[in-house]
Amino acid sequence: MTPIQAGPAAEPFVAGRAGRAPRFGAPPSKATARVILLVTGILFLLPIVAMGVFTFRANGGGYTVGHYLDLFNPALEYNYDVLFQGIQNSLILCVITAAIILLLMVPTMVLIEMRYPRLRRVMEFICLVPITIPTIVLVVGLAPTYSVVAQVVGSDAWTLAFAIGVIALPYAYRPVAVNIAGVDVRTLTEAGRSLGAGYLSIMWRIILPNLRRGIIAAAFITITVVLGEFTIATFLGRTTFQTGLLQVESGDPYVAVIFALLALLFGFVILLIIGRVGSIRPKNKD
Amino acid sequence: MTTLATNRGAGVTPRCRGARIGAGWIGVVPFGVYALLFLAIPAVLAVASGFFTESGAFTLANFDTFADPTTQKDIVGSIGLSAVTAIIGAIAGAIICYALLSMSSDGLVRTVVDAASSVFAQFGGVMLAFAFIATMGNTGLLGIIIDGLFGANAYTSPLYTVPGLVPVYLFFQIPLMVLTFMPAMEALKPAWGEAVATLGGTRRTYWWRVGIPVLAPAFFGCTILLFANSFSSFATAAALISQGGLISLDIFRATTSETVVGHANEAGSLALAMVVVMIVLMSAYGVLQRRAAKWEN
Repeated sequence: MTPIQAGPAAEPFVAGRAGRAPRFGAPPSKATARVILLVTGILFLLPIVAMGVFTFRANGGGYTVGHYLDLFNPALEYNYDVLFQGIQNSLILCVITAAIILLLMVPTMVLIEMRYPRLRRVMEFICLVPITIPTIVLVVGLAPTYSVVAQVVGSDAWTLAFAIGVIALPYAYRPVAVNIAGVDVRTLTEAGRSLGAGYLSIMWRIILPNLRRGIIAAAFITITVVLGEFTIATFLGRTTFQTGLLQVESGDPYVAVIFALLALLFGFVILLIIGRVGSIRPKNKD
Repeated sequence: MTTLATNRGAGVTPRCRGARIGAGWIGVVPFGVYALLFLAIPAVLAVASGFFTESGAFTLANFDTFADPTTQKDIVGSIGLSAVTAIIGAIAGAIICYALLSMSSDGLVRTVVDAASSVFAQFGGVMLAFAFIATMGNTGLLGIIIDGLFGANAYTSPLYTVPGLVPVYLFFQIPLMVLTFMPAMEALKPAWGEAVATLGGTRRTYWWRVGIPVLAPAFFGCTILLFANSFSSFATAAALISQGGLISLDIFRATTSETVVGHANEAGSLALAMVVVMIVLMSAYGVLQRRAAKWEN
């Protein structure tokens, strides 16, 4: 997860004169740091590059762009149906899960901050507990839960959003909680009340704009959780992006790898945006 | 660490509080109901199902699975894989954190490393497995290179066995270490370095007397977190290994096998075992984090 507290940066101490100043403290020399990061970077890029090379590999040997063209070949389309279905389901799940986080978790957190600070610990516990309970354990209990859900609202893939929302709670909670801690919700609420605003108006016009960063980060992180989710969909036998990938892989590994590569890049861009949103913070706050 | 401000004195006036209290509680209820239905109930059901037969009678027979040599072997496999990847991941991750200390905390390098770490640590799963199939699989890049050097079919992929998962798991363990250990590293105060230097200490003295002792609780805490992470992960292993060998794969097999009647609730007893392990690990992590937090201020 993106580190939320940008702690005091441990900058190397700058000596007054030029030349090779004696170093002390924790940070290594720039050269050492560059070597370590370069080696790590290369090691971590290798499998990604291998994926890229793999997508151009021809079946009999040699290289081709044919696998990319296959994607648009109507004759092969039925091979990828399960994957496209999975992507469609996952996109729907993104919207619903984000809605659960934004319309259920965030307002509850704000309300607790405004009116019931004593519930703060309870909320924190609920939101962080899914880290301790592995998804693989939770799904064992979700199977009977979902047989009830199926009777009430049907067994379409979108219903998975309820379960995935729980998995997303710890990740979505942290950026919002940090944002709330940095904004004096109580004082803002009082100021609004004394100027005659109602709670809804305070929430909509004062609190939410102040929590913009936390909310954006929570929404984006929820999207990556949904797109990367595999365990729940597998256990409950629904088709999502990840389960679709695995199914297509056995028949046409090239197309599966193309989509996996694209998804990894997409996830990287989303998280890069979260990092940027998080690091451009007002300077007046220490 | 930003402490949450508690300004309870300056509350809303009593009149408003009395008038609004009913409406306010209703606002908290939907989330509570949601957490109850999709977190509390499934968690209880998962663990409790281990104590019942499929027809609903109380039994301890599901725990017989722990006497099964296959289950025992898979538990050992899970623990071994988790221990190896946690230790290697923690050391490698700590070295990367050390290197990141000399990079500006909101510079480009840090932003890219953070985003990449999140992708590998949380988003990976099945896609990470594909990346390794393309790298080390039977027709992967490594195979092509080795076959080219030593003749056709010289390469057999180690990827589809439990030991073969070690490099794959490291690709999410190391990034997780970077994400969780970096705050502790950043909390090392420059003033301590200056103090050691003023007193005539070298950098070796600094690390031996200050850096390592201060970081030790956080380091061991993060190592435990890595162990728990690997122990409970499923997606990567499921994408690579089809015939079991890990406790998480056993849980899946128990819930989905329709050929062996009467074994579905063994998933419950395996889940219980996993929860017990996780509670022990996360409690230890909590204790170590509290010790580590002493310095993160």
